Amino acid sequence: MIEISRKASTALQDAQLQRNLNHALSHALQARDEAVGEIEEWEQLREHARQVKAHALSRLGFYLEQLEERVRHRGGSVFWARDGQEACRYICDLARRKGIDSAVKSKSMTGEEIGLNHALESAGIEPIESDLGEYIVQLAGQEPSHIIAPALHFSRGEVSQLFAERLEMEPTEDVGRITETARRVLRDKFLSAGMGISGANFAVAETGTLVVVENEGNARLSVSAPSIHVALMGIEKVIPRLTDLSVFLKLLVRSATGQRMTSYVNFISGPRRSGEPDGPAELHLVLLDNGRSRILEDEALGPTLSCIRCGACQNVCPVYQRIGGHAYGSTYQGPIGAILTPQLLSLREAAEHPFASTLCGACADVCPVKIDIPKILLELRRRVRQSQAEAGLQTPWSEAALWLWTKAVRSPRLYQGLAKWGRRLLRPLAGSDANQRRLPLLKDWTQGRALPDLPDKSFREIQAQSERESSQ
Amino acid sequence: MKVSLFVTCLVDQLFPAVGICSLRILERLGVEAEFDPRQTCCGQPAFNSGYREQARECGRQVLEVFAAADAVVVPSGSCCSMLREQLPGLFPSDSEEGRMARRIARRSWELSEFLVDVLGVDRTGARFRDAVGYHDSCHLARGLGVRRQPRQLIRNVAEIDFRELDSSDRCCGFGGAFSLQFGRVACALGEDKAESIRRSGVRYVTAADVSCLMHLDGILRRRRVPVKTIHLAELLAKFDD
Repeated sequence: MIEISRKASTALQDAQLQRNLNHALSHALQARDEAVGEIEEWEQLREHARQVKAHALSRLGFYLEQLEERVRHRGGSVFWARDGQEACRYICDLARRKGIDSAVKSKSMTGEEIGLNHALESAGIEPIESDLGEYIVQLAGQEPSHIIAPALHFSRGEVSQLFAERLEMEPTEDVGRITETARRVLRDKFLSAGMGISGANFAVAETGTLVVVENEGNARLSVSAPSIHVALMGIEKVIPRLTDLSVFLKLLVRSATGQRMTSYVNFISGPRRSGEPDGPAELHLVLLDNGRSRILEDEALGPTLSCIRCGACQNVCPVYQRIGGHAYGSTYQGPIGAILTPQLLSLREAAEHPFASTLCGACADVCPVKIDIPKILLELRRRVRQSQAEAGLQTPWSEAALWLWTKAVRSPRLYQGLAKWGRRLLRPLAGSDANQRRLPLLKDWTQGRALPDLPDKSFREIQAQSERESSQ
Repeated sequence: MKVSLFVTCLVDQLFPAVGICSLRILERLGVEAEFDPRQTCCGQPAFNSGYREQARECGRQVLEVFAAADAVVVPSGSCCSMLREQLPGLFPSDSEEGRMARRIARRSWELSEFLVDVLGVDRTGARFRDAVGYHDSCHLARGLGVRRQPRQLIRNVAEIDFRELDSSDRCCGFGGAFSLQFGRVACALGEDKAESIRRSGVRYVTAADVSCLMHLDGILRRRRVPVKTIHLAELLAKFDD
């Protein structure tokens, strides 16, 4: 099982990480709020998007086949990958067949999900991340810590230090110079790479258009400079019509970065056609299932697939704000990661994920496609308990406590008796802070918080007494 | 109208003054609320921990106690949202229990919401000469959409110096079982909240939920921040007599 609570404690003690998170996220939140505030019909757009997604998912097979047909018609190839392994194998085989030894990648969470870099390396193909954040993370040998800002956990100084060590850059706090260094190194890679790998934010079924949203121009280069373009996307990314994009782009970009529009919005409609001077000779679209059709079948969890990966739920989540992405120990982090990870991996492996939330609901409020994340968290919590019970994983202690609680809530006398004795036992122990910190069973509370003052009498006792007195 | 007070288990066993103040406020406004001592818990601890069966069992107690009430008044946004948002879903919708649950859900009100929206009052007649900040508890503000009503009542407390806190609706970090399972994270969020309380310069922080306040108070005391927590009902019951 991925232990979030342990990793979270480490993250909380990392003062540099805390500063980086605070700095990056407070800016992101403010930008998002301002950009959203400009759109009067924001709520209608969210509802519209939710409906379009729900519709597309309810006819997913139809739209995917339409997409496949249009992409093929424009000269592209389409590969249906049942899981990550199949997708990786297809991409690696393709590269090997073409004698390609390096692939330039633009940011793709789906690529992270299936461990594509690792697969490419194992196949002797050098993967080069070209998104600045991804590049930083790759150089540092880490994983992204945010859906849209992979290197969010880095400070400027840390990036400078990394580049100084790895790219022989003079240490500098000047973002322009840091970026320039990455740009210089990457420019050659674009020209020598035989393959460009991108994700897709949306795929339009009616036209076969793949849409890639970005700010650095690296995706545009990745999909146009190398002779082969591979686009990897989860099957849930298909939307029916081109006109839907006007809504989705607005929602995605404003939610994600707080911009009105990103610097680049790439519409990719097939490989180079005859007579065109540039563009890739081949386009391969890899449609990844990897558990998605199973999620789709599940009525309670299905809306998870509406996610357009804007990252707003991460930015607004108080838990994510404090523990960062890596503490989740999974590709997808924050609220969306808490619901998606158990579904993609298993309830057993990601048993802590649905519990890593206070259920405050801030995520649901900002979600541009109105995914009811708290509701899905609750449903997953139920399933985790169910699977633990079935596997006999509940400790006798917790089982006994639960049994007793259930008896007590049905028996006011037992309930009152237990609570009264609990207070009596606790009172003499509770005295000083030092005493409190040592209390067995309550340490998880008292390590960081004082106990409340314990009253002599419960409300019901006081009521009963005053009733007796008034009837005398 | 038969008004029934659901004090909630935390108030009953740890913060009885909140229940007493709730009754006092209602009484002063001419509402005689009854307290049925068969009541225990709303079921949320089990429900939010994924124990649906046990939550349902607890829900049955709620059905028995409050089936006949015309209004169930709850001095907690969180427990009120449990009755309103989750209780009906615990039972088959076409069953008698399902019907009773929906009836209770429709008739449940958080205290400030009941005072403002049902009774139509905008003040309780309280007087409090101090600087007070209000924390929007998550289930009340985002869950039930109640933000205006408590503020209206607080602003109309005589002589109060009411101040809005920064990010007043950011979660305090309590989160029920979360506060134990992820104790350190809960405390970190509580410390963020304590910091915004300290910055605002208030001497008291109030909220509609004793759970948030218990958590915050524990942190404020450990950090020796000279700010006290006071439940909304306690504040609104500061009568002159």
